[in-house]
Amino acid sequence: MASDDRPPLLKADEEDTVSGNAPETGGPEFMVRAEGVHKSFGRLEVLKGIDLEVRPGEVMCVIGPSGSGKSTFLRCINHLEKINGGRLWVNGSLVGYRQRGDRLYEMREREVAEQRRDIGMVFQRFNLFPHMTALGNVMEAPVQVKGLPKAQVRERAIALLERVGLGDKMDAYPAQLSGGQQQRVAIARALAMEPALMLFDEPTSALDPELVGEVLEVMKQLAVDGMTMIVVTHEIGFAREVGDSLVFMDGGVVVEHGRPRDVIENPQHPRTQDFLSKVL
Amino acid sequence: MTLTDETVPRERPTEIKAVPVRHYGRWVAAALILYVAVWAAYSVANNERFGWDTINAWFWDGSILDGIVMTLELTVIAMLMGVFGGILLAVMRLSPNPLISGVAWLYVWVFRGTPVLVQIILWFYVKALIPTFSLGIPFGPTFVHFNANDLITAFVAGCLGLGLNEAAYMSEIVRAGILSVDPGQGEAATALGMSRAKIMRRVVLPQAMRVIIPPTGNETISMLKTSSLVSVIAVPDLLYSVQIIYNRTYQTIPMLLLASIWYLVMTSVLTVGQFYLERYFGRGTAQRQTMLERFVANLRIRGGRSA
Repeated sequence: MASDDRPPLLKADEEDTVSGNAPETGGPEFMVRAEGVHKSFGRLEVLKGIDLEVRPGEVMCVIGPSGSGKSTFLRCINHLEKINGGRLWVNGSLVGYRQRGDRLYEMREREVAEQRRDIGMVFQRFNLFPHMTALGNVMEAPVQVKGLPKAQVRERAIALLERVGLGDKMDAYPAQLSGGQQQRVAIARALAMEPALMLFDEPTSALDPELVGEVLEVMKQLAVDGMTMIVVTHEIGFAREVGDSLVFMDGGVVVEHGRPRDVIENPQHPRTQDFLSKVL
Repeated sequence: MTLTDETVPRERPTEIKAVPVRHYGRWVAAALILYVAVWAAYSVANNERFGWDTINAWFWDGSILDGIVMTLELTVIAMLMGVFGGILLAVMRLSPNPLISGVAWLYVWVFRGTPVLVQIILWFYVKALIPTFSLGIPFGPTFVHFNANDLITAFVAGCLGLGLNEAAYMSEIVRAGILSVDPGQGEAATALGMSRAKIMRRVVLPQAMRVIIPPTGNETISMLKTSSLVSVIAVPDLLYSVQIIYNRTYQTIPMLLLASIWYLVMTSVLTVGQFYLERYFGRGTAQRQTMLERFVANLRIRGGRSA
């Protein structure tokens, strides 16, 4: 079903920043690799064998109708959901399991938490901590999880908030911010852990149309800086402009996968054609 | 399509000056209530059988003040046991381990299902059940040896009875608070790599507090009064102190009124404290005003209008 086109490795003009992103060990060839990933909720099979690869520095956009399993797949990548079948690697290591011989050993909660540190996630509903200021939200994980000194984290957090254009909103509580501003704080919060991979779960779906642009702009900048990103989105324009690859999912399988321009302008599968004709 | 030229400064509209609606009903009701209140106060103040002289004479008596201190001590200790025990039980109850959650369920079942007065008396007589007990490894060596008679004084029995019972109630309040927090919060914290204990302490409980604090204030006020039950095991709290006096002087009603006035004073102080606590934990959401602040703000608006 999936098209055989592999996504382009990198955009030529980004080669430099991206190579800086790879681990010193030479690094794994793929940032994310999924092999026949299955996921069921009770008797409902949501993912029916997903095979995907994301290279370091790649921006992969995932589109598809609701219920197609795209958000579930994203949540499997940082083990918010346990997969029932197949294999999933991030940065060269198996997610949630350790393999010795042919045997899989479930990881302890603490070990899974350690794996998640390298994966940032941005949610549709922002999920900022409402009892902390913007700055407090960004500082929370580096201080509490990595145990870094507060002064140092503070400096970095301020820089991050300035980077997402919220230098003047440090001391505001989430309730005092617009949706777009909240989502930008959420992006800064995820970046504060210096992740190797960023997952975006419909980051603009809960926003007023007017506010979508400011969030996409921040994400675009992130892509230019060489971050590896998987973006579940309905923003076809963003996928076309910023994405290196585009995946169309439906019914728990990858229907089409290729360069964004190819998939959008020349979809091969009738299901893709149908979907795109409705959203474009 | 019409465009507004923003460069031309618009004139500020003149404020509406209208005669406000007159609430005659409110004035009539106010007059009526005032009349009844004055009459009631007058008749109570002039009824000799209330024994105002007696109340006045004993109001600041040393034994009464000691009783108040004891009541406050009991309330604070029992509520501390209740809150921390309640948090522990609630977290246990929500544990994925069925054994741990089962133990918490059993605790709540027993301690919430029996009268607190019975529990207090049972703790007082626990020495009859278990005369001595030791700390050590079961079937192995013992380290410390206690005599229940020395350890479980009336005060300790009172604290145990009130505190352990309160923990059962508080655990349900805390559990409701934890469940009221948006699951997305836990998810976001999980995705940041936080451990389950950290998520509970740093993210979930602070938000659950907003739901937990109002009923906890309620429980504290309730505890202040429930603590009077320890008078049955002769702990010299406020109620027991007045009982000692009226058993001697036979001025039962005035002394009970005296105790009631003191209880009312203490619960009033707690009510004010609760307001500020709620405002603190509600930060990040809408700010609440005290009655006084609202009154002042109202005056300002009116003052501004007439100026």
